[in-house]
Amino acid sequence: MGTREIHLRVNRGERRVVIEDQTLLIELVRGLGLVGTKLSCDSQVCGACTVLLDGRPVSSCTTLAIEADGKPVETIEGLADGTKLHPLQEAFIERFAFQCGYCTPGMIVSAKALLDAHPEPDVAKVRQWMEGNICRCTGYQTIVEAVLDAADQMRSAR
Amino acid sequence: MLRRFDVHRVTSVAEAVALRQRFGEDAAIYAGGTELLLAMKMGVARWPHLIDVKPIGSLAQISASTDTLRIGATATHWDIERNPLVAEALPALAQLEANVANVRVRAAGTLAGNLAFGEPHADPPSMLIALGARVLLEGRAGSRSVAVAEFITGMYETALAADEVIVAIEIPLPGKNVRAAYVKFQILERPSVGVAALGTVRDGRFVGAPTVVVGAVDEMARPVPTAQFAGADARDAGTLEAIADAARAAVEPIADLAGSVEFKRHLVGVITQRACAALAAEAL
Repeated sequence: MGTREIHLRVNRGERRVVIEDQTLLIELVRGLGLVGTKLSCDSQVCGACTVLLDGRPVSSCTTLAIEADGKPVETIEGLADGTKLHPLQEAFIERFAFQCGYCTPGMIVSAKALLDAHPEPDVAKVRQWMEGNICRCTGYQTIVEAVLDAADQMRSAR
Repeated sequence: MLRRFDVHRVTSVAEAVALRQRFGEDAAIYAGGTELLLAMKMGVARWPHLIDVKPIGSLAQISASTDTLRIGATATHWDIERNPLVAEALPALAQLEANVANVRVRAAGTLAGNLAFGEPHADPPSMLIALGARVLLEGRAGSRSVAVAEFITGMYETALAADEVIVAIEIPLPGKNVRAAYVKFQILERPSVGVAALGTVRDGRFVGAPTVVVGAVDEMARPVPTAQFAGADARDAGTLEAIADAARAAVEPIADLAGSVEFKRHLVGVITQRACAALAAEAL
């Protein structure tokens, strides 16, 4: 008890990691050098720390690392295929859907979960899903447009 | 960062109850962690032991019989909002669950945990109380069932005994002609006010009295005395205003970041009218 080894898949790689029971998922992923995941509000409100745990978006700041035992974890670093960016990443650049960029990894990972669950969302669905991701720079219009653009892009690529 | 604690993963309710007895006040039940870990991080609560009940497979189940919907204690808001049995039997609950907090909290947080925390600024209690839902508990002495209205006893206070574990929430399904509605107003992460209404409207009139429960503004959800509205004209502005008056009188709002006492009392009236109007609007 107290310390244990867990086995998980982070992005495309299998990992064995020794953690303590109180270790948070954000501490685990950032400890692996995956620092795209950001700590901000530390209370599940802002979404900057969003990762996908077993396909579901979670606040890694308030999720215990032991929850990832035996499960896949996807972080912002897992979206691009080598140097080829994910359509969401391309769309965020194209729409200039960020300014300081601190919220962007969480925005994109959250949007990835949205498009996985609802490949063809309407504006209302995007807004409702993304309302838990806070951006203090841009306003949200370009973010919503980027998500819709990416959905279009992914649809035409199918 | 969290202070050190041990997580005990249990695979049966009996094991969870045994650990509750063994550790007493030093342990908390852990499922979604969305409220628990937050409280521990903020330093307002500390437990050296967490009893993880998620490995108990049976607790994740959602099932329906002809007259009851049963939601297992580890079913998350995400599970409930997507469950076809819930969508079919109680669409108003599915809709409520689809708008709890944010998508990440819904993905991890459980309905049972929401009740167990007794957080006053919550969506589900008002609806569950209006529906007459019950909490199924298992403890050293066996199992018992407590109405949600009696389970939540105050701010962050519940009737959960030190050796007990929530097993499921049981919701009696309303009759075919009964409509349910939940309307909320929210500017922050939690509802400023949420009103659940339940009732039947036929030929524009309430059949019997509607059930109205106001949540999130008070120490706990408050039922509104509505007996006088039995048979009232459900589409009449005067009726809705009178129910709103009764709702405003039934609550003792607490001022916080979401607003002053006066503002919240005003909101209670407006949102109560909308919830009751929704019953009439959806009536056949």
